[in-house]
Amino acid sequence: MVSKRKGESFRRSKKGLAPGAADGLGRRDLLKMGLLATGGYLVARKGTSSPLILVRRRDDFPPSPPTTPWAVALPMQQVAQNVALNPAPAEFPVQGEAPRAPHQKWSQFLPQKTYELVAAETTHVFHPDLPAPSTVWSFNGMIPGPLIKANYGEPIVVRFRNSLPTVAQHVGPGRPEISIHLHNGHTASESDGNPADFYATPFFKDNHYPNVLAGFASTHQPNGDPNEALSSLWYHDHRFDFTAPNVYKGLAGMYSLFDNLDTGNELTGLQLPSGAFDVPLFFADKLFQANGQVFFDTFNFDGLLGDKDTVNGKIQPYFNVARRKYRFRMLNGGPSRFYEFFLSNGLPFIHISNDGNLLPAPITKESLRISVAERIDAIVDFSNCSIGEEIILQNRLEQENGRGPTGHLLDPDEAREVLKFVVTSDADDFSEVPATLRTLPTINPNGAAATRTWRFERTNGQWAINGKFFNPNEIRATPKLNTSEIWILKNNSGGWSHPIHIHLEEFRVQKINNQDPQGTLVSRKDVIELGPNTEVKLFMQFRDWLGKYPMHCHNTVHEDHQMMLRWDVIP
Amino acid sequence: MNFLARFGAYALSGCLPVALVLSTDGPPRTGPGGHFSPAGFPNLLLRSHEGKEVRFYDDLLKGKVVVLHFFYTRCDGVCPQTVENLLEVQRILGERVGRDVFLHSISLKPDEDPPERLAAYAKEVGAGPGWLFLTGEVDVVERLRRGLGFVDPDPEVDKDKSQHVGMVLFGNEARQSWVACPGGSSPALMAEQILWMVPEPEERAGGGGPTDPDRTPILPGGKTK
Ligand SMILES: [Cu+2]
Repeated sequence: MVSKRKGESFRRSKKGLAPGAADGLGRRDLLKMGLLATGGYLVARKGTSSPLILVRRRDDFPPSPPTTPWAVALPMQQVAQNVALNPAPAEFPVQGEAPRAPHQKWSQFLPQKTYELVAAETTHVFHPDLPAPSTVWSFNGMIPGPLIKANYGEPIVVRFRNSLPTVAQHVGPGRPEISIHLHNGHTASESDGNPADFYATPFFKDNHYPNVLAGFASTHQPNGDPNEALSSLWYHDHRFDFTAPNVYKGLAGMYSLFDNLDTGNELTGLQLPSGAFDVPLFFADKLFQANGQVFFDTFNFDGLLGDKDTVNGKIQPYFNVARRKYRFRMLNGGPSRFYEFFLSNGLPFIHISNDGNLLPAPITKESLRISVAERIDAIVDFSNCSIGEEIILQNRLEQENGRGPTGHLLDPDEAREVLKFVVTSDADDFSEVPATLRTLPTINPNGAAATRTWRFERTNGQWAINGKFFNPNEIRATPKLNTSEIWILKNNSGGWSHPIHIHLEEFRVQKINNQDPQGTLVSRKDVIELGPNTEVKLFMQFRDWLGKYPMHCHNTVHEDHQMMLRWDVIP
Repeated sequence: MNFLARFGAYALSGCLPVALVLSTDGPPRTGPGGHFSPAGFPNLLLRSHEGKEVRFYDDLLKGKVVVLHFFYTRCDGVCPQTVENLLEVQRILGERVGRDVFLHSISLKPDEDPPERLAAYAKEVGAGPGWLFLTGEVDVVERLRRGLGFVDPDPEVDKDKSQHVGMVLFGNEARQSWVACPGGSSPALMAEQILWMVPEPEERAGGGGPTDPDRTPILPGGKTK
């Protein structure tokens, strides 16, 4: 159905038009004539018979205040410290804790370390050129939150305390209620940060992370399958309807998990670059207002793009590196931008891990593609660089709005420059790039108990899965405990990309558009970039834990507009 | 049906260039992409199905918890379901509609939907007090549609009114808190979401406190769906 041409029935060509709105006058002319408000939209019109039309264009956006690139050093993420909790955490909720189901298998995995992360409204300097510190929602005052370093076989509890303003006090985007999810954790439902289990200040919730290998209570008793070990995870708020603003305001951090292969020591195990040379990088693009405050557009249902790229909470930082190998744990913290990273001097990336799961073997690549919430661990070897050499980490993926990438790669001189490496010193390097990393677990797709098909759709600007919208009380699938299934994800919603995330266990891609997966897709993943007209067939497992979990688009703006569903693992 | 005749002087005033209307409104009204800033909405003129002139900010938003969407009376696409769901929301919220919560349905086809037609429509669907059906000068409606983000990034899709954005926006103007959900969402859930925006007398220091993990939403006269 084609609508009537705008303005046809109104014939107002002779009256009411701003003098400046005549054809051919641009925004600057309008500004000169004082006719344009300061909002940064463009008043244009098409032909003399049509009414004024406000055109959304990329270059209309009021840009963030200017900031000098490479003025700030890349901050190293501070490591969370083991602290005693009072009251001590327990199987059932303790005094001051938000309601939750009792921790599953608590006595089997009594916490050996405990942490407290306090969500509060604080200030943060994203760049010294911004006119004022930005008000953020942070964990322990840090953007990103403290880095949790954990080990397999060492269960922990993280007490996520809400000390944000009350709902009544708060003004602006986001909602000061939280439910913290450990992304890719093999976590019991009650500690998974379910979107509906949010709580306000001054409550806390003790999330129990047993740091146990998948299969421990099912296929690989009692210790789980070592090939299921995870390494680079992250935690973030998951409060439904408000995840995008809450995470945008800062409620996220990273989590590194070690085992006897990936040891955190370059003299042992796989001897991956470790210690000061194992560097988590949290990427997040943001838009800033003239006063230095972050801007979140609540009237956008498609996805938000920022014009400032932050890494570990700083805009365009530099990082002094030594002539040796580094492991970078790269996380796309969203909300809606996709990246394809290149190094300006053509240095390759040695891709070792997808979504925190070590690959069977390293794969050397010219570029790294990371959709929202995906993680890539890559080794970069600066040993052949010269002292004083500067290398820019460039994002060359073109993206104009929340739809996802345009499919076009920008030329190097048009790229977004995200981070600068400066080669400044020499350092010992005992690390290796092993020929093999972690064997993929053996799976049996023929043993799948069910096949489910999920269509990710957009009709009339509404995000749906199989024609339905998220409802925390509606259970859309009930896989049985310790079974496996085939899940087929389809995206026919012309032109839109959806990074789809499934909780509890990572999946294995069986087919993508009826082809066998290649390269780094032959891996365990927890986010799949479901591009336009794409269909993937995934092998899913539902081991060890019972309860409710979500699947959702991780373009958090789509997620907040209900591109999410609940499924439950049942006995 | 002659729109100008129906709206008279009002239509003429609506022909003021949008830029001028906004520039006289004081503080910046828009964020990126021409979207409104929740810190300040333009005070554009609309007309309700009751035949009253209303100002978008002063009369419809200021200090209120508002549910707002775009529709047209002859829509045979998403609108009937959305309006049906909003009727259910109205039933669930009962007398709070018009007291704590205000519903605004703005016509995307103001030329087809003059106040009289909206009045007939409101009566036909059974909309109660506190629910306004609104029309206005075409530029004004277009400005509101764009400013509130009910836009498709594909200009061809955006032109096709049968594909109009079916989201329902709800928010608390004073708190500058706005969220949208699909119009086809569960009405019980929608009612719950809308009530998040309402300052509750029983609101604790925590502003609502934690949710029960296995809760079923308890809504006045509501059913869980
Ligand atoms: Cu999406």
